[in-house]
Amino acid sequence: MPYWAERIGVPRALAVEFPFGHTLGQPQNVFQQMRVIREALDVLKSARSPGKIVHSREKWPTSQAEAIQAWQPEKPSPIIEHLAPRFREMLRSRRKKTS
Amino acid sequence: MTVDSFKFLPRLIATFYQMMDREPVHPIPWSPLPCDLEECAFGLITSAGLFQQRHSPPFDLERERQEPTWGDPSYREIPVNIPQDQVGVSHLHLNPQDMLLDINIQLPIRRFQELQQEGRIGRLAKTAYSFMGYQGFPPDTTQWESTFGPQVAQALKADGVDCVLLTPA
Repeated sequence: MPYWAERIGVPRALAVEFPFGHTLGQPQNVFQQMRVIREALDVLKSARSPGKIVHSREKWPTSQAEAIQAWQPEKPSPIIEHLAPRFREMLRSRRKKTS
Repeated sequence: MTVDSFKFLPRLIATFYQMMDREPVHPIPWSPLPCDLEECAFGLITSAGLFQQRHSPPFDLERERQEPTWGDPSYREIPVNIPQDQVGVSHLHLNPQDMLLDINIQLPIRRFQELQQEGRIGRLAKTAYSFMGYQGFPPDTTQWESTFGPQVAQALKADGVDCVLLTPA
């Protein structure tokens, strides 16, 4: 995700709008995987200065809701369970501020 | 097209990331491409928590369950000829199902072998590497920076690798 590439400061990156755990695409979708890799190789070849982030043209082929559901683990990770009450409180206070 | 980093994140997890906001390291490291792609040796590194079943242990998920603010900083070697049925995934923040079907969605070993065969790249290094991306909360990458990162970099250099594709999960 370009959010982290920008904040961490990576030398060159291809930003791909795919769900977590699917950086190069869907299982067995060889052509999709190869298109992403070829784009990444083009970035490697063409970038001339540090911090270059190119946004991929690839689109995830299933619906947003389906993809969000599919990439997540069956059970929330321990840290998400641990922090969930704090997150919910943050979201509540944000909503109050904006209302 | 501008990629939306948060498109596939539930609101709770988006909030989690925004809590970890940080400033970029300056100067950003830079190494020019040392050769034409057709001559370059490539290495692959992912943070998907992959390991080779029956050859290496999974990442330490038990400790993470007991201690949710900690994440295993070690890494696993993945031979690029690994059969798909030996691919293991130990990562509590992802659904492993699709990686268990096809490792190439995170660690594109077959695709790079194909690129080598077609002459697009010089070669693929014989060993790829996997870390497990969750490094605690707040994230602590000290051991990646001081120990495990340099070990992997040294191994890749010893194998004559020119370029590395990093695929965060």
